Amino acid sequence: MCLGIPGEVMSRRTQDGLGFATVRFGSIEREVCLECLPDVKVGDFVLVHVGFAISRLDEEEARRTLAALAELGLDRAELGLDPAPSVAEKEDAA
Amino acid sequence: MSSDAPGLLGAACPVPITETDQVLMGHGSGGKLSAQLVETLLLPAFRNPALAALDDAAQVSVGGTTVAMTTDSFVVTPLFFPGGDIGELAVNGTVNDLAVSGARPLFLSLALILEEGFALAELRRVIESIQRAAAEAGVQVVTGDTKVVNRGKGDKLFINTTGIGQPIPGVSLSSANVRPGDQILVSGTIGDHGVAILSTREGLSFSGGELRSDTAPLATLVEAMLAATPGIHAMRDPTRGGVAATVVEIAARQRLGIEIDEAALPINDAVRGACEMLGLDPLLVANEGKLVAFVPRAECDRALAAMRAHPLGRHAARIGEVVAEHPGRVVMQTLIGGRRFVDLPFAEPLPRIC
Amino acid sequence: MRHLDEYRDRALAQALAEQIRRTVTRPWVLMEVCGGQTHSIVRYGIDRLLPEGVALVHGPGCPVCVTPLELIDRAHAIASRPEVIFTSFGDMLRVPGTRGDLLGLKASGADVRIVYSPLDAVKLARAHPERKVVFFAVGFETTAPANAMAVKLAKQQGLTNFSLLVSHVLVPPSIASILQSANNRVQGFLGPGHVCAVVGFREYEALAARYQVPIAITGFEPVDLLHGVLAVVKMLEAGRAEVENVYARVVSRDGNRSARALLSEVFDVVDRQWRGVGHIPKSGYRLSYEYRAFDAERLFEVGDIAAEESKDCISGQILRGLKRPVDCPMFGKGCTPQRPLGATMVSSEGACAAYFQYGRGLEEPPRPGREAGGAR
Ligand code: SF4
Repeated sequence: MCLGIPGEVMSRRTQDGLGFATVRFGSIEREVCLECLPDVKVGDFVLVHVGFAISRLDEEEARRTLAALAELGLDRAELGLDPAPSVAEKEDAA
Repeated sequence: MSSDAPGLLGAACPVPITETDQVLMGHGSGGKLSAQLVETLLLPAFRNPALAALDDAAQVSVGGTTVAMTTDSFVVTPLFFPGGDIGELAVNGTVNDLAVSGARPLFLSLALILEEGFALAELRRVIESIQRAAAEAGVQVVTGDTKVVNRGKGDKLFINTTGIGQPIPGVSLSSANVRPGDQILVSGTIGDHGVAILSTREGLSFSGGELRSDTAPLATLVEAMLAATPGIHAMRDPTRGGVAATVVEIAARQRLGIEIDEAALPINDAVRGACEMLGLDPLLVANEGKLVAFVPRAECDRALAAMRAHPLGRHAARIGEVVAEHPGRVVMQTLIGGRRFVDLPFAEPLPRIC
Repeated sequence: MRHLDEYRDRALAQALAEQIRRTVTRPWVLMEVCGGQTHSIVRYGIDRLLPEGVALVHGPGCPVCVTPLELIDRAHAIASRPEVIFTSFGDMLRVPGTRGDLLGLKASGADVRIVYSPLDAVKLARAHPERKVVFFAVGFETTAPANAMAVKLAKQQGLTNFSLLVSHVLVPPSIASILQSANNRVQGFLGPGHVCAVVGFREYEALAARYQVPIAITGFEPVDLLHGVLAVVKMLEAGRAEVENVYARVVSRDGNRSARALLSEVFDVVDRQWRGVGHIPKSGYRLSYEYRAFDAERLFEVGDIAAEESKDCISGQILRGLKRPVDCPMFGKGCTPQRPLGATMVSSEGACAAYFQYGRGLEEPPRPGREAGGAR
């Protein structure tokens, strides 16, 4: 019921007096109402729920969380996993 | 195998399904209700060895010659969708059932049920599309029928096609051949057809470049695979109910365990995005131009190479394997290394968006 | 997909699970509050990654599930009227009432439609001035702003043929109700990340202080969920009862100000009946005085409706974390998603339905590590 998916704001416009954005998820796009999040800019990531943007993704906090998790101090070999690129490297490749 | 061997209901779902006194939409979804209808009403009524195999096409003997036969009906809204239309679907759906059973598709029947008031121009478009698809699949439409129902008693156009094919000599493809150790291959990205149809629904409208039905005739892919690896045990085309329905059915009927590796599933970005947005599992979403093959371990690489060399198999991938453990059950190793069962929903999954 | 894939990383998830294993010195019972979290946990097999001592119990977190049967029957009565176009989200339209589900009503000629955004229902009202469009507004705080926006827009546009049948519930009162119950066994909570995205987490700080329970505001991806478990377990082990926000990329302490302003304009907080749980004071919304003209319960007189719940169902105990779906003798036998007997089987995010869909309960999938010659 609380399914919320992050997507990137591609463009903004006004319709019926309401703010809307075209938001991209993977490679598909959908119209999303911005009335609850009037200040977002093109390029921001927003969390979308039933066609409404309800929160702007905080890139700085995301980085901080991932950095903290990366410091759990367990390396992949210790977990019996194949060595694999870190999340940051993967992002660069994408 | 005989049809009173452990069935889909007996194993994948060890749960007695409550009866309903009406046909529900779910009876046509490829989920548990569909299976229930087949097992409790249809199989007992027509019990015979050709039917009991429950493969995509039946093998029957006509005057000493074995032929493969299958039938399928097509109801789809809208009739024209991104990447195809009902006409193309009606040809490809039936020839694919023949192809994955190891038969060369030869002849089709074509039955049209038309709703009064349906635009002739649209009908013409569908017929032209059938013509093109039949030519591409190398089949001839040799008989047909047309009926018209009163306005409101049908949804523009329903199509049934029956296909006859010639089994490729020396080839035996049947789910009864599947064994522990078999590798499970899929010929390309999953969920494309179902998501393309969803994208046209009123209110859902989303768009994206790769959002197209994958409808395609698979016979040449099957032949290329069989030429490279004649020892393939079985193939299925995972239409309604998606890849999940195919593997769950085989695990249940053959009393085998199946392991699926979630990270290995080929999914294109558009389908991925749509499924995330709608809370759908791509494993359960319909395909119309894909096949799932069960291949002995030793032949896996060769089969995969043959698939990838064919235009319809470029994104082929190994997605799992058949095991002796947990017979009747499909277990998925999830992205994060957790494990869960894969099961069929009762009816068509609705978007969980809300 | 960015901001998703990072949180489904296998290595990170395994590292978190290992860290949880190292942190835990004794058994703990945690509850994830939101049904979306329950769904993720079962879908990814997250509970199977946790050490034996850490039990996740599933909370009341599915608004569709806790909508009273009586209200569904009321919806049924409204939807049966010839002038009505009845709309809601797909999940809600599938929930069976005493006389079948709302989608099923279509077969007998009712006009029932799935919408994917409440604004679509407003659009329908504008396109069909001769009909009455009713939107069944269900949800937690997450969904409430969207539903509020729909009715606000209808008012701005002067529509008189649009109304809401409101079944909105609020999370903090349900947590309080669980913690107040004499036989509560929940020791820490994974707080509902998307609810808090809207309303923030000040109320959760009050709960943590008042009932001395640790709460981690948690997202929905596997790494988020494991991160939340780790945070709560650490607090439990250290004897701290605080709120930790491990979903800071989405949630801030004050939530979304525009959304909260919209909520207080359109809704008033009222007592609500929760299916399976009962009456909880100040646990839901109804339309405010200013918007009463859009209240479907006032507009459509459908008489008194009383509905009997099954006596065999233990969903009340499941919703409070006292029992699991597999403890119910009806699970998978008399009770399936097709014919649910109780709240937690009705939507795919109810605990019983999630267990059923992923084949849990009748036997457990093998724990990882004991891979059966598996796919990797
Ligand atoms: S399985 Fe059904 S009857 Fe049992 S608790 Fe769950 S919803 Fe109630």
